[in-house]
Amino acid sequence: MGVRTWLGEWPMFRQATGPDPLGRGAAVQSPRTKALEPRTDAADEVVKSVCPFCAVGCGQDIYVRDGRITQIEGDPDSPISRGRLCPKGSASTSLVTSPSRVTTVRYRRPYGTEWEDLDLDTAVDMIADRVIDARRRGWEDTDSQGRVLRRTLGLSSLGGATLDNEENYLIKKLFMALGAIQVENQARI
Amino acid sequence: MTNVFDAFSGASTSLYGELPNPAEDAGFDGERPKRVGFFTDTSVCIGCKACEVACKEWNLVPDDGSDASDLYRLTGMSYDNTGDLGASTWRHVAFIEDVRPHSGASAATGDRASTATGVEVTTGHLPSALPAVSGGPVPGAPRDAATAPPDGGTVDLLALLPDDGASGATGNGAQGAHGQQTPDDERDVRWLMSSDVCKHCTHAGCLDNCPTGALFRTEFGTVVVQDDICNGCGYCVPSCPYGVIDVRESDGGAHKCTLCYDRLGSGLEPACAKACPTNSIQFGDLDELQATADARLAELHGRGVEEARLYGRDPDDGVGGDGAFFLLLDEPEVYGLPPDPIVTTRDLPEMWRNAALTALGLGVAAVASFWRARK
Amino acid sequence: MHSDCIVIEGSNMAEAHPVGFQWVMEAKRRGATVIHVDPRFTRTTAVADEHVPFRGGADIAFLGGLISYVLENELDFRDYVTAFTNAADIVDDDFTDSGDVDGLFSGYDPDTGHYDPASWALDGAYRAPAAGKRDAWESQMPDGPRPGADPMGHHEPRRDETLTHPRCVFQVLRRHYARYTPEAVARVCGMSVEQFLQVARSVTENSGRDRTTAWVYSVGWTHHTVGVQYIRAAAILQTLLGNMGRPGGGILALRGHASIQGSTDIPTLFDLLPGYLPMPSAHHETLADYIDADAAKTGFWGDMDAYTVSLLKAWWGDAATPENDFAFDWMPRITGDHGSYVTVKNQIDRKSFGYFLVGENPAVGHANGKMQRLGLANLEWLVVRDMQMIESASFWQNGPEIETGELRTEEIGTEVFFLPCANHTEKSGSFTQTQRLVQWRHEAVHPPGDSRSELHFYFHLGKRIREKLAGSTDERDRPLLELTWDYPTSGIHEEPDVVSVLAEINGADADGRPLSTYTELRADGSTTAGCWIYTGIFADGVNQADRRKPGSEQDLVAHEWGWAWPANRRVLYNRASADAEGRPWSERKKLVWWDEEQGRWVGHDVPDFEATKPPDYKPDPGATGPDALAGTDAFNMQSDGKAWLYAPSGLADGPLPTHYEPVESPVANLLHDQQDNPAREEMNRAWNRLNPSQSEVFPYVFLTYRLTEHHTAGGMSRTLGYLSELQPEFFCEVSPALARERGLEHMGWATLISARTAIEARVMVTERMKPLRIGDRTVHQIGLPYHWGSNGLSVGDPANDLLGVVMDPNVHIQESKVATCDIQPGRRPRGPALLEYVADYRRRAGVEPGGIQ
Repeated sequence: MGVRTWLGEWPMFRQATGPDPLGRGAAVQSPRTKALEPRTDAADEVVKSVCPFCAVGCGQDIYVRDGRITQIEGDPDSPISRGRLCPKGSASTSLVTSPSRVTTVRYRRPYGTEWEDLDLDTAVDMIADRVIDARRRGWEDTDSQGRVLRRTLGLSSLGGATLDNEENYLIKKLFMALGAIQVENQARI
Repeated sequence: MTNVFDAFSGASTSLYGELPNPAEDAGFDGERPKRVGFFTDTSVCIGCKACEVACKEWNLVPDDGSDASDLYRLTGMSYDNTGDLGASTWRHVAFIEDVRPHSGASAATGDRASTATGVEVTTGHLPSALPAVSGGPVPGAPRDAATAPPDGGTVDLLALLPDDGASGATGNGAQGAHGQQTPDDERDVRWLMSSDVCKHCTHAGCLDNCPTGALFRTEFGTVVVQDDICNGCGYCVPSCPYGVIDVRESDGGAHKCTLCYDRLGSGLEPACAKACPTNSIQFGDLDELQATADARLAELHGRGVEEARLYGRDPDDGVGGDGAFFLLLDEPEVYGLPPDPIVTTRDLPEMWRNAALTALGLGVAAVASFWRARK
Repeated sequence: MHSDCIVIEGSNMAEAHPVGFQWVMEAKRRGATVIHVDPRFTRTTAVADEHVPFRGGADIAFLGGLISYVLENELDFRDYVTAFTNAADIVDDDFTDSGDVDGLFSGYDPDTGHYDPASWALDGAYRAPAAGKRDAWESQMPDGPRPGADPMGHHEPRRDETLTHPRCVFQVLRRHYARYTPEAVARVCGMSVEQFLQVARSVTENSGRDRTTAWVYSVGWTHHTVGVQYIRAAAILQTLLGNMGRPGGGILALRGHASIQGSTDIPTLFDLLPGYLPMPSAHHETLADYIDADAAKTGFWGDMDAYTVSLLKAWWGDAATPENDFAFDWMPRITGDHGSYVTVKNQIDRKSFGYFLVGENPAVGHANGKMQRLGLANLEWLVVRDMQMIESASFWQNGPEIETGELRTEEIGTEVFFLPCANHTEKSGSFTQTQRLVQWRHEAVHPPGDSRSELHFYFHLGKRIREKLAGSTDERDRPLLELTWDYPTSGIHEEPDVVSVLAEINGADADGRPLSTYTELRADGSTTAGCWIYTGIFADGVNQADRRKPGSEQDLVAHEWGWAWPANRRVLYNRASADAEGRPWSERKKLVWWDEEQGRWVGHDVPDFEATKPPDYKPDPGATGPDALAGTDAFNMQSDGKAWLYAPSGLADGPLPTHYEPVESPVANLLHDQQDNPAREEMNRAWNRLNPSQSEVFPYVFLTYRLTEHHTAGGMSRTLGYLSELQPEFFCEVSPALARERGLEHMGWATLISARTAIEARVMVTERMKPLRIGDRTVHQIGLPYHWGSNGLSVGDPANDLLGVVMDPNVHIQESKVATCDIQPGRRPRGPALLEYVADYRRRAGVEPGGIQ
């Protein structure tokens, strides 16, 4: 950096020589300030989404950089929400990047007093065994009048209403094939 | 072009009075964008606080729970739990529960005339900006003695509580116009909500008093703190006539609304205005916002909403008008806003002249004494 | 936005749906009147033109009063009523109205607590309902066809088009609501006569040819023992006023979760199959039994066989053949209520061993938290899939029952698997929002660590189970092994292809080509469709839910944003926006109309009518399905094409809405002798004691609700700093008068007590809560936002712990909006002392002993 450049960056020099004699504007802008740009400009992509809170269905734009979400805000194209979000929707970035989020399997053995670690694949395998067992033990072929029931009361499911349609479809389909009728959802609450 | 000597001589309007182009005054000329700002129309505010959250998400402002040693606690000020604008609250929604004797008609706010004819009575919850506010004589309908600062002095907010004072809980009903008890179900309630923000004053006391150049006027006419320059001296804090800017304990820096300076540069609107569900917060070129606000005010007055008024719109006021101004449905004090803010540097030129004379005098004295000492 | 008047009742729209509320504000700005009918003064009230404060649980009295006002003053939209409703139908003379005797309709059996709806029939016709208790109409034909009637349901009932016959629906309705005078309504609701009349005038003046009024409700209506009848009452009123199927009209259900509409359409509900097909019951032996019992032969439900067979083909593919009744026999059968509260009862009784909680937190979010946690503690195993450590996963560590000593961690045998899930940004898929609009989301980033989508979890769980059962010869396993379960996968985690699932939901023809609309479905097994009402969402192989043409480039209907079922229609029954001859009722309110030249229905929306069926079409005698409906039968899912003012079948608690008090009410029913819904569903166990009605021990009403700043049970909000700081603590809202009465201090603590338990909350004394005068007594209401629990950044007692479970008999939804309690200053007792404290209340109130036994 030449002396001239260096001097030119010095706010006092700019203040004394420029159009901002009181040093309240252009003269005092730091290099960092001058270089400011919104982090959304640096996004690798903007992914179209929908808010996960209430059922209004506001559009969301998700800004992603280096495989991480840097910002979520309203999608101005949505004819439903016109880019607006409520406080919960506005907190979506916090929601998906929450430091208290649990991202590993936690296991509590019967009568246990602490959480333990468990491998995901092992967990799924254990759950499959338990489903098969509970299904058999809760099975009912007929009712007291001899009418066909072909069902099990051994296991049940309660889903939140933030599940996708496709997910609900697979849940219902699998449970019907299992004969497990006790499939419920927040929708009845 | 203002020069430093003009400014301090008081010959220009750099520090007080009407100033159409604060950005130009701050050295931005040529291809300068128009001055931008906020018009916050509180008559359509639903108090959702999306502005507070959107602001914090974008600007990565810490939440109050993590900045204060106290855990998350209710304030008791209606649905307001962030209290006031501050270093970590750049948008703040005030909630005012206001009670009047029943008038036989709804006293709902918004596009409907309040037909309350009795003397207005305020009980229950306070304007959420709790610090005592200075007030001038209150125009319009006479108020209960407890709420109106009769001499333009400080409002005794405790007197706003029901008659047994601080508990706020066990009053025997509001005092009616002539001191009669008004039963609970014969009083009408209004619930005013308003999203407050830095006013981005035409004459910004914080900026004019900042000794480091951390606070500066942007090319958009807004006022912004540069975190990399601010040394946390705090001179700006008492300089703000609105009590907006503050120093954050955790990082020692002064902080306030930047009007999303980084977003403006890319043609984006500030996060709060973008999120606002009912468009209570409008962002745009200040002259257009002023026209919008004037039209909205006329519309409301046309519908009989006499109490509607603009706040911070007037370029002749004590701060030269605000870059962020408001449509209110009651006196500014009701919202915790000062009725007549005056930039703290109004008298600065005169002070400087006095200071210069004093300095000159001191200098003469010093030289004289030195000279005497040499003798 | 096209409304001239918007009544928000049973909903706090500004707080619960702030962004949707922009359209209400827009309408208001254009001159619409906004009325908020609500027990509380909320943020919705703050910007409404009118607030009508009233007592929670009195909505049918209020709506009945409006119906009566309309009928007595002849303010109904008569041309609409005669064209599109069943007002002219004659009701069978066996029917006795609840208004005639003690508040019960004919057919009630006090021993079982159930109604036999036989006597509610129309004279000379049997009407299969389009929803609800769909096969209940069978009982109206006890022993074969009655004289003059066609058992297949398309016989025309006797009608009186002059609406003067004493037994015609119009007159039955008038008599039923005659006692709901403005004075009576004011007394029951705790409002003034003038307030009632002001609403009545606003609503009637803003309805008719040229004006429309919309009604908006949410769970403020559904959470009652008479919840279905609340909505029925609104439907009757809106139909009389001609506000259904028209722009700016309607009854808008604001739903509270991102895809709660979708989880009803493609239901994870015990009593439904996709597309509102009913679950088969034990008495349905064959597919034909099922179709005959549940489907009308006329109207669009007349094609229920095609919808059902297409579903069976989607699930069991080639294994579903005409010979095996398309595998109908593989469907499990229901025998009554298998809803979540009954399931929890089974868990407590150790009849149900395993439980999946998927994005749901019943330990905080459901009524009677103790019952919920007791169910969890009696399970053998529990799978919780969530993003945060919610209270329902950690009940064995820090639940309230651990604190009281009722449960001990070391004695709880439940094996708990907490599996982290992907959030909405980490998977692609569709949500269906509250107006039936399906919108697609794209995956933005991969889920972290062990987090997976539900699609991934259930697909691989199903795969694992099928592998373990492979080779089984057990007949019970065949539905699993024959299930179509081979979705393509991608990535290192083998994520199933979500678009292929969407394509299956849409359905295809015999060659696998995607279908475009449900009318292409066939009952011969040549088509598939996983959810018939969604057929068309993948038309032309294009994901229609992913259409994102900016709203600014479209008209207000915005047909090219997402896709709405059915057939991308945005206003249901919009044929009613035109008169009997097919002309718009008015220029200002035109939406869909008959174009004579083109010979088809045209307009701004996709017509909800067969496109080329002319207004003067008359069906041939004996016609079935949609062909049996005339050109004026706008309500084409109904078997008669009419809007039902009187519902001869489909409901468990009467053909007409009647005001009954909440089960826990501080006052007597001032309109009828019958205090509360006689057909309600109860569950009397030690862990679910109810407060006696009109108890002096539990003298106050409490209401539970949400705040803008939090989301339901709090897992998605109390864990976030930016939301927790906005509403940091559990509080109760009380009026200054109640505060005086009980010595409560603003921001002090209060203890709230019911027969279930006692909880504590900070006190907010506010003028927004008003005592009401009901009859000769003052009723105090207490507000309780229900978001809190023990985990997260912002913690507090769960309000839902205070509630008992008592349910609507139609849909098995609990009465959680109104119940009674006591309130006392100070914090609640800790530990075992809490149990004794509550036991003392039960003793004093004459309630049986309670607890976890």
